[in-house]
Amino acid sequence: MKEQFQSPIVLLGSRLLSPYIMLFGWYVIIHGHYSPGGGFQGGALLAASVLLIRVAGGTRLSSLQLREVINTPMATLGVAIYFLTGVVAVLAGGYFLDYGQLPIPGLEAAWLRYYGILIIEVGIGLTVMAILIMIYDNMVKGEDHA
Amino acid sequence: MKLLKFAILALFAGVLIYASNDLPYRGDPDNLMHAERSITDTPVKGNYFIQEAYNDARTPNMVTVVLGDYRSIDTFGEQVVIFTAGLITILVLRKQRRREE
Repeated sequence: MKEQFQSPIVLLGSRLLSPYIMLFGWYVIIHGHYSPGGGFQGGALLAASVLLIRVAGGTRLSSLQLREVINTPMATLGVAIYFLTGVVAVLAGGYFLDYGQLPIPGLEAAWLRYYGILIIEVGIGLTVMAILIMIYDNMVKGEDHA
Repeated sequence: MKLLKFAILALFAGVLIYASNDLPYRGDPDNLMHAERSITDTPVKGNYFIQEAYNDARTPNMVTVVLGDYRSIDTFGEQVVIFTAGLITILVLRKQRRREE
């Protein structure tokens, strides 16, 4: 980037759009049981809302929204949510990732599977979001002076 | 040479159009993939998914049940692939400060 300038109009538009895209991303993840969508698609939308601010506002401004250091722990957290769900099912006496054995009291096996799918979708969404942001951050590292 | 390119493209288009004539109609319940028994009289797995997905996980979206429950280990593998790909970008894309000699 040889020339750099900030357009307040672009920044204002991005600030207006970003929260709604993020809300829609969570909607796609959580509503994946009833409509097309799920962890991967919702995670891509969450990453889009963060990347919009990064493209429009530059490094210093976007670090107020989501700091670059958080990327790797967030991706690891997503994988850990998925893996630990499987391990908990093993410890409770079932197979790996057998959600029917999750130790949540007061629910029958079918509803346990419902909530198990929801938990792993959130994990997938976190990982996809963090990885997409991480790719962008590593690409512009050292070239972004804004 | 340009003529040859177009001839090859036209040939492939002809093959694809000819092959598309044998595709089954979309949503036809008599399709082979929707049958309960296959040609060799073995049970078809997709038929079980269609019939029992709601009863197993109380989820109307069949695709989510297959992705998250029946094939959950495969989905875990996909997630690990994405995670690994992201970690590799740290090694490949991040600009190292050049050593001054």
